[in-house]
Amino acid sequence: MLGFAFAGLLLMQSCKPKGTSSAAGGDASKAYVAPGKYDEFYNFVSGGFSGQMPVYGIPSGRLLRVIPVFSVDPEKGWGYSEETKPMLNTSHGFVPWDDLHHIALSVTNSEHDGRWVFGNANNTPRIARIDLKTFRTAEIIEIPNSAGNHSSPFITENSEYVVAGTRFSVPIGDKQDVPIDTYKDNFKGTVSFIGVDKTTGDMNIAFQILTPGVNFDLARAGKGKSAGWFFFSCYNSEKANTLLEVNASQKDKDFIMAVNWKKAEEYAKAGKGVKKQVKYAHNKFDESTHTASSTMMNEVLVLDPKDCPDMIYFMPCPKSPHGCDTDPTGEYIVGSGKLAATIPVFSFTKIQNAIASKTFDGEYDGIPVLKYDAVLHGEVQKPGLGPLHTEFDAKGNAYTSFFVSSEIVKWDVKSLKVLDRVPTYYSVGHLSVPGGPTKKPHGKYVIAYNKITKDRYLPTGPELSQSAQMYDISGDKMKLVLDFPTIGEPHYAEAIPAELVMKNSTKIFKIEENKNPYVAMGEGKTKVERKGNEVHVYMTAIRSHLTPDNIEGVKVGDVVYFHVTNLEQDWDVPHGFAIKGANNGELLVMPGETQTLMWKPDRVGIFPFYCTDFCSALHQEMQGYIRISPAGSNVPLLYHTGKTKPSVSTPDTKDSGKTK
Amino acid sequence: MKKKFGLAIAAFAIFTLSCKNENKESNGTASNSNTESAVTTGGQENVKDDVSQKDVVKVAAASKDHTTLVAAIKQAELISSLSNAGPFTVFAPTNAAFDKLPAGTVDKLMKNENKADLQDILQYHVTTSSLKAEYFTDGMNVGMVNGGNVTVSVKDGKIMLNGTATIVASIPASNGTVHVIDGVLVPPAAK
Repeated sequence: MLGFAFAGLLLMQSCKPKGTSSAAGGDASKAYVAPGKYDEFYNFVSGGFSGQMPVYGIPSGRLLRVIPVFSVDPEKGWGYSEETKPMLNTSHGFVPWDDLHHIALSVTNSEHDGRWVFGNANNTPRIARIDLKTFRTAEIIEIPNSAGNHSSPFITENSEYVVAGTRFSVPIGDKQDVPIDTYKDNFKGTVSFIGVDKTTGDMNIAFQILTPGVNFDLARAGKGKSAGWFFFSCYNSEKANTLLEVNASQKDKDFIMAVNWKKAEEYAKAGKGVKKQVKYAHNKFDESTHTASSTMMNEVLVLDPKDCPDMIYFMPCPKSPHGCDTDPTGEYIVGSGKLAATIPVFSFTKIQNAIASKTFDGEYDGIPVLKYDAVLHGEVQKPGLGPLHTEFDAKGNAYTSFFVSSEIVKWDVKSLKVLDRVPTYYSVGHLSVPGGPTKKPHGKYVIAYNKITKDRYLPTGPELSQSAQMYDISGDKMKLVLDFPTIGEPHYAEAIPAELVMKNSTKIFKIEENKNPYVAMGEGKTKVERKGNEVHVYMTAIRSHLTPDNIEGVKVGDVVYFHVTNLEQDWDVPHGFAIKGANNGELLVMPGETQTLMWKPDRVGIFPFYCTDFCSALHQEMQGYIRISPAGSNVPLLYHTGKTKPSVSTPDTKDSGKTK
Repeated sequence: MKKKFGLAIAAFAIFTLSCKNENKESNGTASNSNTESAVTTGGQENVKDDVSQKDVVKVAAASKDHTTLVAAIKQAELISSLSNAGPFTVFAPTNAAFDKLPAGTVDKLMKNENKADLQDILQYHVTTSSLKAEYFTDGMNVGMVNGGNVTVSVKDGKIMLNGTATIVASIPASNGTVHVIDGVLVPPAAK
């Protein structure tokens, strides 16, 4: 049989047309996933200024889902249904939008475990945790003492903590109303360590570290030997508060801040921190009630390096470092200075030696600065222009993106030799190798996330789609396979083997476990209740009708709550709900779930409502009416499905409802 | 023997596809897939799902009293359609109901050359809406998938179809309702 198969292979080779693929042309057949087969990886991509997290299949590049996270999504009722509104609550009130930049998949022993994915809100500082059973945002925590949560949500070896480093330094504490040009005196940075519960994934802000007033950019935890450390790139060591384009580029070197987080954890436990009064929201989605709650928190523990020696160190890093990435062994830390001509690679062993021997190059705001040459493994010379980010494969190779020269460069981490380079089209930002940030990268592909597609995608007016470009990295040379459009603007992304996630995927919510207080456990339990001017409709949906589908006795001035329970117990049969004139979105109710849409009827009349999700052959029949009478009307409350009245010969236009 | 046969088919598939695809990887990049496995045929009945409620096909397949019906549905190639979102009402004659037909009728219908007749009969047992028992009223006409009508009579709580088959049990399914009946519904002769 083997021989036979081999013969087949030979035959295929002989039929292969020659010279069909080129670097720029791609080889899309490698991205083909046949019907009945699944993709090999899930690719969780940041949605940038869409605030959401799209999920793609790799190698097909198919968009599988857009998970609503920080922005409202009327399509899914996210931020519109009564149950989900609290998820977007903050200390500033309801915030309907944000800018999601980075992804962190949960890890155990620095390997993907497929439980959760975290995303950061860059604008109103928050971190979200998405449950990979449901692909739904399960929790959002706001970060106090932060302004621009860019350096986030990178994760420690066993998902003990995700971090949140502030991009903007700001005044911390009571003295907030200060002149901006007192930046050097009054502005401080913070990096927060958000604890993640091992079992539930619930987040809490364990402690914050107060830092000099720099801008934190990106970060990575160590792994293996360096697992107890965290590395944060920072720029603007000049502490400029205006025209940073010029003023934050004055020094030859900025810093990577090395944090001994195990030590910080000890200091926090030993009471070395100070509890500061703050205000931040902590929002959770309860899967048994399908309802979110928002709790306002008022205290955070802050560690000041002055009181906590040997906790943080600065390592000089050329020219405004952006990416800060640790290799799979945990020995090497790669800094990518946006404006630098080389890529410095630091050695964790050398860092430890320099700390032990106090090989310092002075201090920065009282924090020891390690001598550059003492901690440097070496520099990649002339790698390209504008290095940004680095991912790794399992063979000791690094892949760095270059924004200015629009390319990915493959280099050997130990020898620092450049091995290959391939163009991207164009202006690559982040890049992702499946498992690239873990201890055991899966390799196979590198995906570039590009800003510019001007000569590849059809023009769509002044703004064009951004793209992801996937390269095969299984051989010595990187080969372009496919490009596909992305939503919003892609920043960081991670890819994980499909089998780690799909085996846990929820298919339905069991109706008998539905604890929503407004559930109707079957059509017999549907009802309409009036409480003052509130009308609560306990409605059910099943192929192919809504119960009740005729409602009367509701008046202008009432506030109507449609609590729609989807009675289906069948995978991928959501029902939607929408009503004419509603000043919000639709509901999209999953099997076994209850969701609520609030509606304020603004005029007298008959209002139609219907199922918005093409659920069945008789989807178009899945509809109903609600009659709205004038304020003060005495039309009694009435509701039913399937009751038909014998037709009358004379039309009774003055029907008051009494005849029913 | 069966396994060998499967492998041979797989090899044959690779063989015949070889000129269409530019290289080997193009055919088997997906994970969870055995590159040797033959291309799956059929539709949604192949979806792996042990969590959802059973659909109308699975409800019938789980019944010992419906082996004739299930075999007929397979022969008539209706499994994929009945595994769809529906909604369906299936009037499901029991094995005993099929046995009441003149001797040899079922065997004849199960022959490949009579597939169209079998499909017509089976489609006369299905309608595209989920009708619960309480929805049936006396004198009601139900339009069936094959284009014919079934007349319902309701007397003393007993629901009868075309005056020949009685609903003896009703089972909710994920994509509709299965009503077990004690007679086979024969489509009106003039078609």
